[in-house]
Amino acid sequence: MPLWKNYYLAQSIPEALTRLNEGARVIAGGTDLLLEIQQGVQPPPESLVDVCNIPELNSLEIRGKDLFIGAGVPLNHIVASQLVQENSQALVEACNLIGGPQVRNTATLGGNIAHALPAADGTIALLALDAQAESVSSEGSRITALEELFLGPRHSRIEENQELLVGFYLPLRKNSQASAFKRVMRPQGVALPILNMAVWLQRKKDRIADAHLALGPSGPTPLRARMAENVLRGEKISQTLIEKVHQVMLEEVHLRTSPYRASADYRTHLAKILLQDVLEIAWERAGKD
Amino acid sequence: MDLYLNGKPITIDPQPGEMLVDMLREQLALTGTKVGCNEAECGSCTVIVDGEAVLACAYPAARAAGRNVITIEGLSPLALSPDEMIEQDELVQKSLHPIQEAFIKHGAVQCGFCIPGQIMTAYALLEHDPDPDDEAIRHALKDTLCRCAGYPSILNAVKAAGERMRTGVPIRAPEFQSSSPLEVIGNSYIRPDALDKVIGRTKFTDDLKFEHMLQARVKRAGVPHAIVKRLDIEKARQLPGVLAVLTAADIPGEKKHGLVIYDWPVLVGVGERVRTVGDALAIVAAESRAIATQALDLIEVEFEAQPVVSDPVQAYDGSSPAIHPGGNLLKHIKVRKGDIELGFAEADLVLEHEFHTGIYEHAFIEPECSIARLTPEGRMEIYVGSQIPYADRNQIARVLGWPEEKVRVIGMMIGGGFGGKEDIAGQIHAALLTERTGRPVKLLFDRHESLLVHPKRHATQIRIKMGAKRDGRLTAVESELYGDTGSYASLGEKVMTRATTHSAGPYEMPHAKADCYAMYTNNPPAGAFRGFGVTQACFAVESMMDILAERLEIDPVEIRRMNALRLGSTTNTGQELRESVGLLECIQQVQSEMESRMDGDPFKPRSSPGAEHLRRAWGFAVAYKNTGLGGGAPDKSAAEVELCPDGILEVRTSSAEIGQGLVTVLQLIVAQEFRTSPANVRVLLSDTDLTPDGGPTTASRQTYVSGNAARMAAQVLHQAISSTLAEKYDCPPQEVHFEEGLVRLNGNSLPMEEVYLEMNEEGRSPRALYEYWAPSTDPLGDGGNMHFAYSFAAQAAEVEVDTHTGEVKVLNVIVANDVGKALNPLGLQGQVEGGVVMGLGNALTEHFIVEEGRVITDRLARYRMPSIVQTPQIHSIVIEHPTQDGPYGAKGVGELSSIPTTPAITNAIYNAVGVRIDNLPVDQEEIVRQLNKFSKTAE
Ligand SMILES: Cc1cc2nc3c(=O)[nH]c(=O)nc-3n(C[C@H](O)[C@H](O)[C@H](O)COP(=O)(O)OP(=O)(O)OC[C@H]3O[C@@H](n4cnc5c(N)ncnc54)[C@H](O)[C@@H]3O)c2cc1C
Ligand code: FES
Ligand code: FES
Repeated sequence: MPLWKNYYLAQSIPEALTRLNEGARVIAGGTDLLLEIQQGVQPPPESLVDVCNIPELNSLEIRGKDLFIGAGVPLNHIVASQLVQENSQALVEACNLIGGPQVRNTATLGGNIAHALPAADGTIALLALDAQAESVSSEGSRITALEELFLGPRHSRIEENQELLVGFYLPLRKNSQASAFKRVMRPQGVALPILNMAVWLQRKKDRIADAHLALGPSGPTPLRARMAENVLRGEKISQTLIEKVHQVMLEEVHLRTSPYRASADYRTHLAKILLQDVLEIAWERAGKD
Repeated sequence: MDLYLNGKPITIDPQPGEMLVDMLREQLALTGTKVGCNEAECGSCTVIVDGEAVLACAYPAARAAGRNVITIEGLSPLALSPDEMIEQDELVQKSLHPIQEAFIKHGAVQCGFCIPGQIMTAYALLEHDPDPDDEAIRHALKDTLCRCAGYPSILNAVKAAGERMRTGVPIRAPEFQSSSPLEVIGNSYIRPDALDKVIGRTKFTDDLKFEHMLQARVKRAGVPHAIVKRLDIEKARQLPGVLAVLTAADIPGEKKHGLVIYDWPVLVGVGERVRTVGDALAIVAAESRAIATQALDLIEVEFEAQPVVSDPVQAYDGSSPAIHPGGNLLKHIKVRKGDIELGFAEADLVLEHEFHTGIYEHAFIEPECSIARLTPEGRMEIYVGSQIPYADRNQIARVLGWPEEKVRVIGMMIGGGFGGKEDIAGQIHAALLTERTGRPVKLLFDRHESLLVHPKRHATQIRIKMGAKRDGRLTAVESELYGDTGSYASLGEKVMTRATTHSAGPYEMPHAKADCYAMYTNNPPAGAFRGFGVTQACFAVESMMDILAERLEIDPVEIRRMNALRLGSTTNTGQELRESVGLLECIQQVQSEMESRMDGDPFKPRSSPGAEHLRRAWGFAVAYKNTGLGGGAPDKSAAEVELCPDGILEVRTSSAEIGQGLVTVLQLIVAQEFRTSPANVRVLLSDTDLTPDGGPTTASRQTYVSGNAARMAAQVLHQAISSTLAEKYDCPPQEVHFEEGLVRLNGNSLPMEEVYLEMNEEGRSPRALYEYWAPSTDPLGDGGNMHFAYSFAAQAAEVEVDTHTGEVKVLNVIVANDVGKALNPLGLQGQVEGGVVMGLGNALTEHFIVEEGRVITDRLARYRMPSIVQTPQIHSIVIEHPTQDGPYGAKGVGELSSIPTTPAITNAIYNAVGVRIDNLPVDQEEIVRQLNKFSKTAE
C-alpha cells in the first residue's frame, strides 16, 4: 500500500478546509508525519493536504501588539528572522536546535505544536512566550491560549480532519523583557531532549517583575510551571531563590524516568541546572535595553 | 506536474506515496542521490529545492511542483548529458563544481556513499555564505553523516571550495608525504574512484536496474527465541503481483550458511528454532517493493516461545537453555605464559577490576543490497557490495546445490563495510528467488532490517587482574573475558581470540593468563567490526594501566613507556618481536606534541576559561593490532597484472574496496614497479570470474597481502617484458628502463601500446598472476609467531566534562600510528580521522540496546554515530618502522587508529573529574550521579 493516495497542494485556507472535510490529513513539513506513516505508527492516509503554500500560513509579521508567525513558516526562516530574533530569543534558540538544517528547511512550528509532544522544543519556547494559537475550521476561526491546546501526548484540541492551525501570536517584547531556551540531550539513543526549559522574564531594577517558565517533558502535555513563576515574581536572582523555585517546580510538574534516556533523579538535577542557566541568560539579556 | 530539474524544465507525474528521492532514482534514473536510512536521519539523500537543502527521502515528490530542484548530477556548471558524463572524463574534470573538486583534492571521499549528500549540503551552505567559519560548516553539516568519518577533510574541503568560489584561486591539495617517499609510493595521490563518487556516477548495488527485475523482502521472526509451530504463506502467495514465496522447505541444497561454522539457517522452517529477532522465515519476490511488503503481512506464523538467553555470563551458566545443539559455548580460548601465581607473588601491588562493553553497530551508510540474475547460459550472477566475494560464492552455491563455477559474484562499490559486510546478508535469498522465478531479483535491506540482521561488535565482560612492582614494572596479568557472539558464530571465535591475545596490552608481561568464553545468546549475531575484539580488550587494559599508575603515583605515559613492547620483547603468546616495533616512538611523539600544548601536567584537571564547571584534562592510551589472519591460518592473496592493448596496466584481485583506499594502494604499487604515473594503472576488484581470489577484506590485511601479491605480479610482468624486449633489441635486461608510460632501451623508446604489440608478436603473454603467501604463523598455544606483523599506536585525548550535566566533549586527539610505511599518505589521513571518530563514537555516542533479545535501537534515529559536530581536532603523526615482508615495509592501518581512542577519552574523563568509566558507552547521567552523589531511584 502506498503511503498516501492523493496529495493536494492547497493554495488557500478554504481549499485546505474542503480537503480536510473530505477526510484528508494535514501535512506541513512532514518531518513528523511522514516518518510516523512510514514506520507504521499511523496508518497510511487516503489523502494528504499540504498547507505550506497557503500565504496566510506563511506570513511572519507584526500585527498590532503581537508578532504573528504562520503555522507553515519553516523553522529556518524563524531562526533567520530579525523580527523573531528581536522579540522572541527563546524561540530562535529552540528552533535552531531542532533537527539539522535540512529538517529545519521544511519542518514548521505548526507541526511542532500540532504533534503535541510534551517536550517538543518549539512548543516549550512558545509556552514561555505566552503565545496564542489561531486555528480555523468551517465554523470559523478561534484563538486559544497555547497552554489550553494540549490534551495528552500526540493529542490536541485541534480537531483532526476539521481544523487547521493558522499561526501564533506572540506579544512583542518590551524594554527589560527577554527570554531564553536551553536543553540537555543524551548523545546516545532517541533524539528527544532529556529536559528542555524556556523562560521569559521582565526586569524591574534588580528584581524579576514577571516571569513565565515552561519545561518538558514534565507531564503528559507540555506545560507551564505556574507556581514556580509565582515564586520568581518580585524576587532578586540568587542561589536561594533558585533552590526555592526548583523545589516548588518539582511539586507541580512530574519528572519521570524514561527507559534508556534519563532517570527522574537526573531530570530533577538538570531542572535546577537549566533553571539557573536560562534565568541568568534571560536576566542578562533583559538588562541590555 | 512541471518543475525545473537541474536547470531544465520537465514534466512528470508523481506517483501515490512517492517521495522525491524515489522519483529521482526510479522514474528519472538519477541514482546519484542516495538513500542511507529513509528516515530523515543521515542526510545522504540531500538535494536542493529552491535554493535550500532538503531530505529527498522525506519530501513528497508532489510537493516539488513548480519548484527548482538540483541534484548532484546537476551541480557542475556545464550540465553534461548522461552520455557525455559517461564518455568524456576530461570534460567532466573540467566541469566540476569547486566543491566537487575540493572534495577530491582534500581526500574527503572515502567509500563515497554519503558524498553526494555532503556536497549538496555544502552547496546550500556556500550559496548562502561563501565564507563560512568552522562553526558555520559544522552547523550546516550537522546531520549529514559520514561513517567513514573523514569529517576534518570534509571541513577543509568545504573551506577550500568557498575560497575558490569567492576568489577564483585554484584549490590546492593538502600536502602529506611519507618520511622517505619513493618515485610513486609515499606521495599523496587522488583516489581513482573519487571522480565518479563526487559526481554521483558511481554505481552501488541499489543503483543497478535490470529489465523485469523483481523486488524481494524477507519475513523476519521478530521474536528472539522460539520454535516455529506454523507458517502459512498461502495468502501471500495469492496476492496479485507476488511471483514467489519460499520457505525452508524450498531450499535445494545446504540449509545453513556461515563463514566458519555453518550454523546460520538460510530460512527457519516449521519445527525449527528461531535464535534471534532477525532470523528469516520466508522470502517474497514481487513486482514491486510495496507488494512484497504487503505480502509479508499476509504470512501467518505461530511460535512456541522459549526462554531468552540475553547475556554471555548467563549463557555460560549450565541452567540456561541450549541455543545450539552443542550448547552455548562457542569456544573457550586460553593464553598461558610463565607462571601466573609467581607473577602475582612478585608484585608489590595487585589490582583487579571488571569492565563491560556494549554491542555496537557498523552503521555503514549504505544498507545491504544484493541483486541476483540468471545469465542466458544459466549461470547465477550476484551483484553485491561484499567484503569477501569468494566466500559469498561458496555459500550461495552450496545453498543452491550448484557447482561453484555456475555462480559469479560481481562486487559492487561498497558504501562502507567496517567488518559488517563479511557475512551473508541477502545474497542467498536473492539467488533462491531468482532460481525459482527465472527473473532478476533485488533484495534491499531497509535500515531497520540492517540494524536487526547483520553481525555486530561483541559485547564483553572483561575482568583484569594486574600485578606490578613499586617502580611500575608489570609482573603479571590475568584476564577473564566473556564475549557475546549472539545467535550465530559468524567470526566470533576469531574475534574473541583477538580480544584474548590482546588482553595483556602491548606490554612486556613476564606472566600472563587469559581465559575467554565466547558464548552464544539470543542477541543479534556478533562478528567482525573494525578493531576485531582488540577494541574491547584495549579499553579494559588501558583503563587498568591508568588505575595502576595512579596507585603507584607514576605518570601514565611513564608506566607505558617502561613496559612497552620493543625490539626483542616476547608477547603474551610467546612471539619474539624481531623488527618493526614502533610503539616507543609513538608514545614519545604523542607525549611531546601533548606537552608542547600544555604548561603543566596534562593529566591534571583544569577549568575551561571562564567556566568553573567545565573541567578539562588529557588522557593517554596505547594499542597494538595484528596485521593479517594469523594463528596458523594460511593467509594468501592472488593478484594479476596485465598490460592491455591501450598501454594501461590493469591489476586485478577479488579484494574489496570498502572505502579504505585499497584501489589507490594497488594502483600506486603497480605504478611504482613500472615507474609510471598511477594514471596509467587501472584496478579491477571483486569479481569471481575476472579477478583472482584476494581472500577476505578483514584483519587490516589487504595492503599487506594483496599489496604484496600485486607487487610480485607486477615484478613478474616487468621481468617478462624486460627479458622479451632485451632479447629482441639485443641488450642486457637491466638496461631496459621503464619510465612514465614508456620503455627505453638501446636508444629506442617504446610507448606501452607498442610494448603490448611486441609481447604479442613474440608470443609472450603480457600478463602475470601471482599467488602471494604471507609468512606462515603458528596457532595460539604453540608459542612462536602468532602473527607476521603488528601495528602500534599511541593516542592522547583532551576532554571537557560539564560537571553540571555530565556531558563530555572531546576537544583534541593526538594520534601516532606505526604503519610500517605510509604508501598513500592522503588515504592514510582519512583512515586515521575515521578511526578516531569511530573510537569516539564507541566511547560516547553509540549504544546498541538489546533487551531480552529484542532490539530497542532499531532505527537510525536511536543509534547515533558521531557527526561533524562531535569531531575533535585530530593531529596525526605517522611513524614508519618498516616490516621486512610488507610491501615497501607497510603493515595494516585500517583498524589501528580506532582502537586506543576510547580508553584515551575515558582516562581523560577520569583525570578531569575523577569518575572512572568501566562500562561502555559513557553514561553522562552516571558521571553527574557520581559527582553529585544522588541516588538512582527505580521507577
Ligand atoms: C531528524 C529529526 C530531528 C528532529 N529533531 C527535533 C528536535 O530536536 N526537537 C523537536 O521538537 N522536534 C524534532 N523533530 C521533530 C519535527 O521535525 C518537529 O516537530 C517539526 O517541527 C514538525 O513540523 P512539520 O511541519 O514537519 O510537521 P508535520 O510532520 O507536517 O506534521 C506533524 C503533525 O502536525 C499536524 N499539522 C502540521 N501542520 C498543521 C497545521 N497547520 N494545522 C493542523 N495540524 C497540523 C500534522 O497533521 C501532523 O499530525 C525532529 C525530526 C527529525 C526528522
Ligand atoms: S536517506 Fe534521507 S536522510 Fe537518510
Ligand atoms: S565516505 Fe562518507 S560514509 Fe563513506
